[in-house]
Amino acid sequence: MLITCPYCGPRDVIEFTYQGDGNRERPDPASQNFEAWNAYVYDRLNPAGDHNEIWQHSGGCRAHLRVVRNTLTHEISSVAFARGDHGPVARRKAEGRS
Amino acid sequence: MAEYSALSLLANALKGNKDWKPAWRKPDPKASYDVIIIGGGGHGLSTAYYLAKEHGITNVAVLEKGWLGSGNVGRNTTAVRSNYLLPANTRFYEHSMKLWENLSHDLNYNVMFSQRGCLNLAHTPAQFDDYARRGNAMRHLGVDAELMTPAQIKRLIPALDISSDARFPVVGGLMQRRAGTARHDAVAWGYARGADRRGVDIIENCEVTGFLRDGDRITGVTTSRGDIRAKKVAVAVAGSTGRVMQLAGIETMPIESHVLQAFVTESLKPFIDTVVTFGMGHFYMSQSDKGGLVYGGDIDGYNSYAQRGNLPIVDEVMSEMLALFPGLARVRMLRSWGGVCDMSMDGSPIITTGPLPGMYLNCGWCYGGFKATPASGWCFAWTIAKDEPHDLNAPFTLDRFHRGLVIDDKGQGANPRLH
Repeated sequence: MLITCPYCGPRDVIEFTYQGDGNRERPDPASQNFEAWNAYVYDRLNPAGDHNEIWQHSGGCRAHLRVVRNTLTHEISSVAFARGDHGPVARRKAEGRS
Repeated sequence: MAEYSALSLLANALKGNKDWKPAWRKPDPKASYDVIIIGGGGHGLSTAYYLAKEHGITNVAVLEKGWLGSGNVGRNTTAVRSNYLLPANTRFYEHSMKLWENLSHDLNYNVMFSQRGCLNLAHTPAQFDDYARRGNAMRHLGVDAELMTPAQIKRLIPALDISSDARFPVVGGLMQRRAGTARHDAVAWGYARGADRRGVDIIENCEVTGFLRDGDRITGVTTSRGDIRAKKVAVAVAGSTGRVMQLAGIETMPIESHVLQAFVTESLKPFIDTVVTFGMGHFYMSQSDKGGLVYGGDIDGYNSYAQRGNLPIVDEVMSEMLALFPGLARVRMLRSWGGVCDMSMDGSPIITTGPLPGMYLNCGWCYGGFKATPASGWCFAWTIAKDEPHDLNAPFTLDRFHRGLVIDDKGQGANPRLH
C-alpha cells in the first residue's frame, strides 16, 4: 500500500503510523460532558468502505495526515494535512452534526 | 444420524465409505423461530448447540452468509489456552478449557484437542518476573502454570536459539501444560452436527440484509432468502460486527475491524511438540498434525475488512520466527491467509444482552476467539435463554466502557490496534 504524502510524494505504508479513526472529536479539556468523552475514547465508526483516518508520516516528514481509505479494497481516495478546515471533523461541524 | 464409533468407521471402510450421511441437514428457513443466531462460525454454532443441550431451546436457526467454516473458525491458528492475568478473563477461559477437555466426547466428534502445552518466552528478568506474577495469579484460580528455566526450555524445544548471542536471549518462560491446539474445522463441523441433531436449522448461503423491528424492538431479520421472524435475535459475526450493527442503525461501537494474518510452512518431520510464543515481539508457532508449522504475529494495524494481509507484517513475522529458530531460514512457506478480527477497546470480548431490545450480542474477540469457542457459546446461550448474563460473562457486558469497568489484560487502553 502506498500513501501519497503531500510533502514527500508516494511512499510505502511502512513509513507511516496509523493513528486511528479520524471522525472522533476530542471534547474541550474542561468539558465535563461524560457522554462526549466516552464517545471520544471508545466509540468508532468502523465502516466497510470509505473511512476517514489519521496517519502520521513518522518515517518521513512527520506530518499528520487525513487519509480517506476504503477498508474493503485499501484504495486511497484522498490525502490531506490533518490540520486545516477540510477534514472530516470540520465538515461534520459545518453540517451541524456532533 | 448414526453415532461415530470404531464400529461405524470399520463398517463404512469395508463398504468403500459410500454410506456416510451428511453431518447436518440443509433446511429451508421457516417463517419464524424462537431464536435466530446470525453467524455460522464457531461461536454461533456452539451457541446453538448449548441452547439446545443446556436449555432445551431447539426452535433455533443459525444463519450463515457463506458456508460453514468460511470465516474466522476456518482461518485461525488453532491454539487453545487459559493463561490470563485478570480474574474475569482467567475464569472465563478456564471454563472454556474445561469444556475443551471433554468436547470430543460431548460432541461424539473428534476435534483433535491436543494438550501439548503453551510456552510464553521471557527475554528480560523483568518480563520473567511478570510471568511469575501471571503464573501465580493463574494458580490462585486453580489454573495450571509453571515457570521454566532456559535449560528446561532447551530440552523441550531443541531447535530454539537460547544462546547468549541470540538477538533476544531467553531468560525463562511460563508454561501452561493443559493448553494446546484443536482442529478448527472439526470444531465447527462437530458443533454444527451436534446442534443439527438436536433440531437446530443451520441455513447456509443466507445473508442478513437488515432487521425487522417493532418500534425499538428487534423482531426478526430480512435475508437474501426472505424475511424470518424471531422472539430473540443473537448476533455472533466476529469481524463483521460493525457492518451488521450498522444494519440495525447502531453507527458506532467500541470495536474496530482489523486483519490478522497467519502462515503455514511445508510439512516437516516432528519439529516442535508445543505452542511457543515470543515475548519480545508478537510471534507464536505450533506444528500441525500434518507437519506444517502454523504461525502468526501482529494484526496489520489499520482498519480493514479485506480478508487478506499486507507485506510489512509478513516481513516482521518472518524476522521474529528466524530470531527464535535460525534453522528455519530455508523452510518454504506454503500459504498465508487473513481473517478479520473485531478488536475491542480493552482487548476483551463482549457477551451481552442488547444493545437493542430483542437483540443479543457476542463480539470483540480480538484475535483470541478460537480458544473461547466453547465458553463463548455456553455463556451466550445462557444469556439468551435467561435474559441475563451468567456469572462468568457478567463482567463482559457492553456497558462496561461507560461504567469504567474495562478488562484490559494487556494494559493497552482504548487502542485496539495495540491489543
